[in-house]
Amino acid sequence: MEQIAGRPNALTDKEFHYCPGCTHGIVHRLVAEVIDELGVQEEAIGVAPVGCAVLAYEYFDVDMHEAAHGRAPAVATGVKRVHPDKVVFTYQGDGDFASIGTAESVHAASRGEEITAIFINNAIYGMTGGQMAPTTLEGQKTTTSPYGRDVDHAGHPIKMSEMLATLEGAAYVARVSVDSPKNIKKAKKAIKKAFEVQLAGEGFALVEVLSTCPTNWGLSPLEAIDWLQENMLPYYPLGEIKSKEEDK
Amino acid sequence: MAKIKFNQDKCKGCELCTTVCPKDIVVIDDEINTKGFHPATVSDEDECIACGFCASICPDVVIEIFK
Ligand SMILES: Cc1ncc(C[n+]2csc(CCOP(=O)(O)OP(=O)(O)O)c2C)c(N)n1
Ligand code: SF4
Ligand code: SF4
Ligand code: SF4
Repeated sequence: MEQIAGRPNALTDKEFHYCPGCTHGIVHRLVAEVIDELGVQEEAIGVAPVGCAVLAYEYFDVDMHEAAHGRAPAVATGVKRVHPDKVVFTYQGDGDFASIGTAESVHAASRGEEITAIFINNAIYGMTGGQMAPTTLEGQKTTTSPYGRDVDHAGHPIKMSEMLATLEGAAYVARVSVDSPKNIKKAKKAIKKAFEVQLAGEGFALVEVLSTCPTNWGLSPLEAIDWLQENMLPYYPLGEIKSKEEDK
Repeated sequence: MAKIKFNQDKCKGCELCTTVCPKDIVVIDDEINTKGFHPATVSDEDECIACGFCASICPDVVIEIFK
């Protein structure tokens, strides 16, 4: 019998600490499956963030490096420049990638660093208990926007992918979602492409993944999937935002 | 014929797998696992078409499928 689903080699045996139904786990599995399929487990070096995925180095069975909050693209830059033959990726939340680490994200993309960034947009700070993130939607209640995000006061949610796609050094930018088997399949395809773009030496590759945080959204895992579909999908359109013609 | 295995002790009972099965055979068990959750299982393995949907949406890599 052929195994069509199970634990990828690029994941360790350690069970994820994530809350029930938190889609961080789906994205971990997809990244590991892609590493397996590309046969780069020995060459891969991951950089873990500060945020709920801070323990990612326990889960990916590849060489891992921890970074200070938001600095993963800078650490990955150093790793890749010293080891240009390695396959280097970051895994970061929206507080990490789009708030405290905005400068590192923008400039790594602008310099065209040949790294792959996996950016989890769950519209909130998960690890610290549900504060407003730059990606929090208008009207969304968080512990620091208890009446809902007021855009006159806090500005509008940032579309990182569209913004970074304007930079010359960004070779591949896609936004995907893990709310359904169909979208999960597309998410894996985009993650694979983002690694292939690095292997081809084309430049910076980014995949933004719309993800849930049932705990801090105050919803059950299934309600959180519905909330993502009803609220995040209309504001954060899915698809490839930038891709070289020949990749399409 | 497909074979499907739920490693129930890893399951967190999130129910995401229960809404995506085209055969509607993924259900939550009455039993409680070692983590204290009601884990998911299949009600009728013979019905499984090995589409992989349940495994694809499982955040905790609980499900193994063979065909
Ligand atoms: C320098 C610094 N500032 C602030 C914090 C507190 N902090 C830890 S995680 C986090 C944000 C986490 O949110 P996100 O990056 O969206 O990841 P998630 O937990 O949602 O996956 C913050 C502000 C910190 N650890 N270090
Ligand atoms: S707090 Fe949110 S993002 Fe963090 S593990 Fe729990 S559900 Fe996931
Ligand atoms: S593999 Fe498909 S048919 Fe089989 S239990 Fe999972 S979702 Fe249902
Ligand atoms: S999706 Fe996975 S963790 Fe959630 S109930 Fe199903 S088998 Fe358990």
